[in-house]
Amino acid sequence: MTHVLSSIDLAYWQSTLIKLIVVAILVPTTALILGIVFLFKVMSWMQSRKGPQEAGPRGLLQLLADGAKFVQKEDLIPDKADRFVFKTAPIVVLMSTLLLYVALPASQHLVVEDLDVGVFFALAVSSLSVIGILMAGWSSANKYSLMGGLRAGGQLIAYELPMVLAVVGVVIQAGTLSLNGIVQAQANGAIFGFSALGNPFILTQFVGFFIFLAAVQAELTQTPFDMPVAESEIVGGYQVEYSGFRFLFFFLAEFATAFVFAGIAATLFLGGYWFPGVDTSSKIYWILGPAVLFTKIMLVAFLIFWVRFTYPRFREDQLQAFAWKWLIPIALVNILVTGILKVVF
Amino acid sequence: MSYSDFVRQYLTVALMGGLALILVGALLGVAGRILRPDRPQGQKYLTYESGVDPVGSGWSQSQVRYYVFALLFVMFDVEAVFIFPWAVGLETFGAFGLIEMIVFIAILALGLAYAWRKKVLKWV
Repeated sequence: MTHVLSSIDLAYWQSTLIKLIVVAILVPTTALILGIVFLFKVMSWMQSRKGPQEAGPRGLLQLLADGAKFVQKEDLIPDKADRFVFKTAPIVVLMSTLLLYVALPASQHLVVEDLDVGVFFALAVSSLSVIGILMAGWSSANKYSLMGGLRAGGQLIAYELPMVLAVVGVVIQAGTLSLNGIVQAQANGAIFGFSALGNPFILTQFVGFFIFLAAVQAELTQTPFDMPVAESEIVGGYQVEYSGFRFLFFFLAEFATAFVFAGIAATLFLGGYWFPGVDTSSKIYWILGPAVLFTKIMLVAFLIFWVRFTYPRFREDQLQAFAWKWLIPIALVNILVTGILKVVF
Repeated sequence: MSYSDFVRQYLTVALMGGLALILVGALLGVAGRILRPDRPQGQKYLTYESGVDPVGSGWSQSQVRYYVFALLFVMFDVEAVFIFPWAVGLETFGAFGLIEMIVFIAILALGLAYAWRKKVLKWV
C-alpha cells in the first residue's frame, strides 16, 4: 500500500483539491478528538467529577450532540453591532487555524506545502487570530466583549515574542526554517556520538520547549492565561455576543489550533513524524508518519491541557510581567548560549 | 525548486485561506439556513449586559493600561525577525556572526532594561 501511495502522480489542481478536502475534514476532527479526550475525559478525571455520561457510549458523542444543538440555534446579531466586522471575525480566526495546517509535515511528502520558511510561516499566520479576536471584541458593541478583545490583544502580543524567540534556538541547531528539514536534522543528529536515538531538540532546547509551551498556552487563551475570556469577570470576553454556529467556529478554531500547535511543538522539539531507527526517506512513513506524529501530538496536548485543568488564573499585570520580565530575557539568553555552543562545537 | 513551484506553494496557501470563507459560507449560509429557525423579536437583539438593559454605548471608553507594551512589542518583533536569517546561516558565519549577534542582542537587552528601569513594565 505504501508503494501505491508513493507512486501516484497527480496534477497540481488534483493534489491541491485533495489537500483542501483533507484539511477541511481534519480541522473539525482534531478539534473533536481534543475536545472529547481532554476537555471531557481527562478533565473530569483530574478534577474528580463525572463529565458527560449520557450521549453515546461513555458520553463520547456529547460534542457531536452539542454541535447539532449549535446548528439549530437562531442566528442572532445584536442591533448595535457592526454587522460586517461581526460576521468576518470568525472567518479570520478560522483562516489562521487552516493556514497553520499548511506547513505541518506528517511525513516527508505528506504535507500540504513543504514551505522553505515553514516555522516562520507558522508563527506569522498564528498571530492572524489576534486580528480576528480584536475584530470580534470591537464589533460586538458590548462592554464585556470590548474588554475581552483588548485583553486578548495585550496578552497575545506579549506572548508572541517569547514564542518567536524560543523557536530561534531550534532554528540555530537545525540550520533551516523548513519543518521537514528540522525533523531531518533531529533524525540525523547524535547525542555525544550516539546516533541511535537521533537528537530530539528537547534534550538541548528544554528551556525553549518550556517557553514555547507557555506561550502556546497564552496564544490559545487557556487557563492560566484565560483573562480574555474569564467567565467570572467578563462573562466570555469577545465571545459574549456570539451564539450558535458563529460561536462554534471560535470553539472549533481554538481546539484545532491547540492540536496544530501541539504538532508544531512536537515537530520542533520531539522529532515530529520521525520514529527512532527508521530513516526519514523510507516509504513506510506514508503510514507510520501520521501515526507517530499523532502520538507525539497527544503527548504534548496532554501537557498543555494538564496545565489548563490544574492552574488558577493569572492576574493581568502578573501575566504581562511574566512574559516581559521572565520569558523574554530567558529566551534571549537561550539564543546566545545556543549560538555560542553551536559555533564552539 | 523552480520559481513557478515556489509561486504555486503560495497559491496553495492562498487557496487554504479561501477555504475558511467557503467553509463558513457553506455551513452558515446553506446548511444553517435550512436547519435553524428564524423568529425575529426585538428583545433578542439587545446587547447583553448581565440581564439588565445596557447603559450607554457598548464602545465605552476604558483605560488600556498596557498600551505601552504594544509599542515595545512592535520594536522587539521587528528585531526578532532579523534574528531568523542569522540563525539559519550561523554555521557559515561562524565566530564573526556570533559576535555580531551578541552585540545586537546586548543592545536589544539594553532597550528592555531601559524600559524596565523607566517602569514601563509596571502596572500603572
